Amino acid sequence: MISKHSLFAVGLTLALAGAGAALAQETTAPPGDSSGSTVDHSKLEALQKDFATGPEVTAACLSCHTEAAAQVKESIHWSWDYEHPETGQDLGKNNVVNSYCVAVAANEPRCTSCHVGYGWDDMNQPPPASETAVDCLVCHDKTDTYAKIPAGAGKPFGKEIKEGAKTNMGTPAQPVDLMKVAQSVGQPDRDNCGNCHFYGGGGDNVKHGDLSSAMHNPTEDVDIHMASDGLNFTCNECHVSDKHQWHGSRYNVTAKDTAGAPLPGQRHDVATCESCHDTEPHDSLTLIGFKLNSHRDKIACQTCHIPEYAKGGVPTKTVWDWSTAGKKNDEGKPFKVAGYETAGGKKKPTYDSMKGDFQWGEDLQPEYFWFDGQVEYANAEREIDPSGVVEVNMISGSQDDEKSRIWPFKVMRGKQPYDTERNRLLYPHLFGPGSDTAYWGKWDWDKAFEAGAAASGTEYSGSYDFVSTEMYWPITHMVAPSKDAVQCEECHKENGRLANIAGIHIPGANPMGPGGKLGALILLLTLGGVVIHAIMRFFGRKNMKEQ
Amino acid sequence: MAERLVKIYPPFERFWHWGQVLLVIVMTFTGFRLYGIHEWIPYDQAVLVHTYAALLLMLLWIFAIFWHFTTGTWKHYMPTSNGLFQVMRFYSYGIFKGEKHPYRKAYWRKHNPLQAMAYLALKLAIFPTIWITGIAYLTYRLWEPAAGSGFWIEIVGNLHVLAAFGILSFIVMHLYLMTTGHSIWKHVRPMFTGYDDIVLSPEEEAYLEADEPHRIKPAE
Repeated sequence: MISKHSLFAVGLTLALAGAGAALAQETTAPPGDSSGSTVDHSKLEALQKDFATGPEVTAACLSCHTEAAAQVKESIHWSWDYEHPETGQDLGKNNVVNSYCVAVAANEPRCTSCHVGYGWDDMNQPPPASETAVDCLVCHDKTDTYAKIPAGAGKPFGKEIKEGAKTNMGTPAQPVDLMKVAQSVGQPDRDNCGNCHFYGGGGDNVKHGDLSSAMHNPTEDVDIHMASDGLNFTCNECHVSDKHQWHGSRYNVTAKDTAGAPLPGQRHDVATCESCHDTEPHDSLTLIGFKLNSHRDKIACQTCHIPEYAKGGVPTKTVWDWSTAGKKNDEGKPFKVAGYETAGGKKKPTYDSMKGDFQWGEDLQPEYFWFDGQVEYANAEREIDPSGVVEVNMISGSQDDEKSRIWPFKVMRGKQPYDTERNRLLYPHLFGPGSDTAYWGKWDWDKAFEAGAAASGTEYSGSYDFVSTEMYWPITHMVAPSKDAVQCEECHKENGRLANIAGIHIPGANPMGPGGKLGALILLLTLGGVVIHAIMRFFGRKNMKEQ
Repeated sequence: MAERLVKIYPPFERFWHWGQVLLVIVMTFTGFRLYGIHEWIPYDQAVLVHTYAALLLMLLWIFAIFWHFTTGTWKHYMPTSNGLFQVMRFYSYGIFKGEKHPYRKAYWRKHNPLQAMAYLALKLAIFPTIWITGIAYLTYRLWEPAAGSGFWIEIVGNLHVLAAFGILSFIVMHLYLMTTGHSIWKHVRPMFTGYDDIVLSPEEEAYLEADEPHRIKPAE
């Protein structure tokens, strides 16, 4: 006989299991499914195969998607090369320097682990020519298991994982089943893009400040558009693509979009705020909305709507001083000091023998500059002036041109090596286990610079020093809910957010300017005159009474 | 010669006066908030109140200008040197000796020469400055693309504030001068009731009694 109790227990178990299944379904439904694809890749014959390597999978993809590899090869994700249309300067990861690990050349297998291909291990050569060298899975994997070996020049982990191996995201590496991954493919989601872009500069949020692991599943407070409990945008919602080309460039930014939103029913093709929100985003029929719309002419949307970056508990690196690298502890070994702790208790290194001293920050207020979208780099062809702070990248723009607006930036500060004879920034060879020249292992800067110069096709005179540098990173992600937007009085006051921007008129930012001073003087003289007049009347009346 | 209660401030003029009092107080308070002198209310609220008060004040001025010209009241403000010296001498000397004010208010000329000049300066210099600069401020978006707009907005802003201090200085004088008569109430009363004590010649008295009886209170 079955007792009432056991019936109840069975019922409860069934109910819970049902709820659990429903919950699991909700949370595991891949966002890629929303693309409305008519293909279930797990049913495709070409993908019923125990793939041994990435290129084998690519070959299978290309058997249907015949033009995909050719398209990817046209993109900056593949070429890492970008000739700036205005300045003509060669940019792209293949060419630029930065103030983090400085440059890719000589450090290829580490850096090119984020190349959208397999086996690019020499920057002096173009990326591998074979079409099957294109990595489809890194962008289209929906299993969240596909990861590249951090120093593998783009090669993914295999079925066997070395003890203690970690991914670029700093998580323990998992075995990768290429067949499962290949059968899962769909439109890229935040994780696909984020697994590289959130970890630039060698770790979580090190580089950008507004792109971090917090964006895998952000709350609305962190990013109103990408919030997984809200609009749940993927990156591609704004960075629209066409034939594997993406909109949104950090070298040639649309600092002021005057075109606005497309006509109804037409696709928007640029990754600006205005491409969805149009050029008059606030309600023009209200006075404050009208005023805010007129701010838009000279103030980027991001300036008010991203009051803070490095949100969501993930700090960003703010200072990197290479000049102190190479110290050893008492045992003669390189060491780390985890001297920074986030508000949430996460520890971050403040010294690393491999890299020098660091500073970090979270929930940071951006710095503001005029920006017309154009960026130039102090690459090897540019002479620097080491007597001051060297700008690793130079942003241009001013109050007077029509293209510029005031934009928010993360300013990365630090010290990095330069050639004291040639006055050029140097390209160090940092990474290379077993190499005779890699700084990480040999601890000899001279050798590292010689090897770096050779690999990058530049020169090294033999004498180096460290120079203070600054680098500008426009802030455009982590848009806050409108309730958290920068309030009027944060700029319209003395020493407000825009205090460093000279030559602009901000009511309230300069109480007692010339007009106010002169006016106050007139008022004081009037008051003084009135008081003296009143005193004289008082004594005059007294005299009369006495007489 | 008789002193009679004659209506010299018709209802519209009184409404204009007290409307300005209210709006000018509100605009000074919110204006100084916008200028950064105090932070007692949020900035966006100050923008709202200041702007809507400005629009109301401009509307009031449009009516007042119309009223001045259609009623001929503007003639009260024509500057004259006739008696100006005596009034200046009174305020800078005679008032301390207990002398009587040299000016006798007429029903067709309610201001003494100095007063008329002060009001004229207010109406022709300070008020236009504040509303021209204020409109320029409000419509900045329209002329911002013009060359040198960054320079001119500085000029506009500074002139606007200067004019505001000018109005404030006027208010200080205006209030102080109310204390110079027999009593403050005697100075304020006409602006409430419309009637003031006016010395009338027999002819003036007869004219008002006969042709404008509503302007003159019956003799006690």
